[in-house]
Amino acid sequence: MTIGVPDRGGVITTAVTPPTRRLVRPRDHRIIAGVAAGLAEHLGVPLLAVRIALVVLLGFSGLGLLLYAAFWAVLPQQVPTGTAPARRDVAMLLPFAAIGLGVVLLQALVFKNSVAGTVGWLIAVVAVGAGIIWHQSDPSRRGQWAGNLPQTPWLAAVVAESDRRFFLFRFVGGGVLVATGIIGVVSLYAPGGSLSAVFNGVIFALVGLLGVGVVAAPLIYRMFNQLRAEREGRIREQERAEVAAMIHDQVLHTLALIQRNSADIKEVQRLARGQERSLRNWLYKPTASPTERFAAALEQAAAEVEDTYAISVETVVVGDTECDERVAALVAAAREALVNAARHAGVQTVSLYAEVEADELSVFVRDRGAGFDIKGVEESRHGVRGSIIGRMKRHGGKAEIRSTPGEGTEVRLMLPTTRESMTAGKESAR
Amino acid sequence: MSETEGGRLRVFLVDDHAMFRAGVRAELGAHVDVIGEAGTVPEAISKIAAGEPDVVLLDVHMPEGGGRAVLDAMRRSHPQVRFLALSVSDAAEDVIGLIRAGARGYVTKTISPDELAAAIKRVADGDAVFSPRLAGFVLDAFASRPDVPVADPELDQLTNREREVLRLLARGYAYKEIAKELYISIKTVETHVSNVLRKLQMSNRYELSRWAADRRLV
Repeated sequence: MTIGVPDRGGVITTAVTPPTRRLVRPRDHRIIAGVAAGLAEHLGVPLLAVRIALVVLLGFSGLGLLLYAAFWAVLPQQVPTGTAPARRDVAMLLPFAAIGLGVVLLQALVFKNSVAGTVGWLIAVVAVGAGIIWHQSDPSRRGQWAGNLPQTPWLAAVVAESDRRFFLFRFVGGGVLVATGIIGVVSLYAPGGSLSAVFNGVIFALVGLLGVGVVAAPLIYRMFNQLRAEREGRIREQERAEVAAMIHDQVLHTLALIQRNSADIKEVQRLARGQERSLRNWLYKPTASPTERFAAALEQAAAEVEDTYAISVETVVVGDTECDERVAALVAAAREALVNAARHAGVQTVSLYAEVEADELSVFVRDRGAGFDIKGVEESRHGVRGSIIGRMKRHGGKAEIRSTPGEGTEVRLMLPTTRESMTAGKESAR
Repeated sequence: MSETEGGRLRVFLVDDHAMFRAGVRAELGAHVDVIGEAGTVPEAISKIAAGEPDVVLLDVHMPEGGGRAVLDAMRRSHPQVRFLALSVSDAAEDVIGLIRAGARGYVTKTISPDELAAAIKRVADGDAVFSPRLAGFVLDAFASRPDVPVADPELDQLTNREREVLRLLARGYAYKEIAKELYISIKTVETHVSNVLRKLQMSNRYELSRWAADRRLV
């Protein structure tokens, strides 16, 4: 059978660029978008000089701002490296803003606020607005837009569903800037320049915008729905591929093994049990690391015994705690008790119960198997003496074994966890 | 073995897997009368209403709302019919949802035929059936946490005795063995478990309502 390869939705694999010096916007050293940093790096001049130059150019009809917006629009962002970029330091904007303000004031004083200068400013505002709408996004997202709607990437940019709040901010902010700029330009060139003319202009502009909106709305709506449907489809496809891969790797494999071993009942049971466990884990449980959590460690020990001895261990754990050296010893002792039950009791099911209490961890391993006479066995069997009783004693806990021949065995392991309960436990053990 | 009022117990099977129904029918044939079976929720509702069985073996996971839908439809109109939930899953959210909807017990599908027959008998007698894992979950859910205020001590807390009984259940003890271990009668053990079941159904503890509400059963 064929298995669908999971679609790595939307991730654009960038080809490795040759080590020529390309003009990019670096991700660190940036205050706004990294344009100045990119220029400085490329030209080999100090960063501060570029920044001051841009600010001073503000004075010439807003040329600095225009340049910045243009570079921002054109330059690609640096491909992210492994390390996280340094956070931008917004406070650093202050001195440059101050310098800019100074330059503008100076220019206003010297040139008496010429009309040409104002127009330049307004154009700069329009440019920045448009720049924000189009280019705030990172290149990978832009690539995604182009992938979704190859003919009209700009439309995909406007209706892209990802990150709605950001989208709204971008759209409204940019729109306001563009509108302000256009109204300003119109008002400057309006004959007479009276307030009512400006007002009329605004009304006409709004009507015009409304018209564009009415024309474009169905199209945008359709694109929007199309994009969403496509996204949902991709997610569904990805999930299907994951399930298919899991079924192929595990279930079909196990079924094949069961068919091959159908004569060996014990082996079939072992396979079925193991498969059942892994499916259950896959369906219901968040996976925890057996080296970190007590419950996960116990469950792993139980699973190992199940696999090795073809029995089933009914595991119930109440509460959970961090794993440390002593807890690991408790788990090892419990595992040994399970192994003993699996080997000697001659039953199909063993119960494992563990409880995490405020001052103590307790584990009970119980079977209804053959049982044994403790006095006769304790001296000779290393498993019980060393691996269970001895191990628990060494770590400040205790082990009790109750067994009646013919009725079964229960191993009780207790490990105090707080200092007070530890000393109390030692005294009572004495 | 399970004789009440001179007749055999009348049991109804609800499971969407015909193969599983056939298996249970064959296994239980020696112990009880299987009076009917259903593979869908609507079929189950109409047949249970018509047949009035003593005990319904109810699969948790079925299309059209699962065992939960059957329970919700039947509990009020037929309070004398007792429900025992049966599922492949041991997941707490499934178990608690059904118990709180009115099932008197819960067993997994891997249970042996004899144990299943005993569980049916117990449920028919008005007692509760807890699997070890369900007992463990109840202990977990009712654990005393300092940060959780107790609204109704009568319903929201377990007594020490109930806790002891649940612990032994979780350790794999049968009722008879629990009675012996705690020096009490089997009837007392059954009373304790029934009380725990009532608390499990009525308590408003956060842990329980969360499990029950979290997941709509499918």
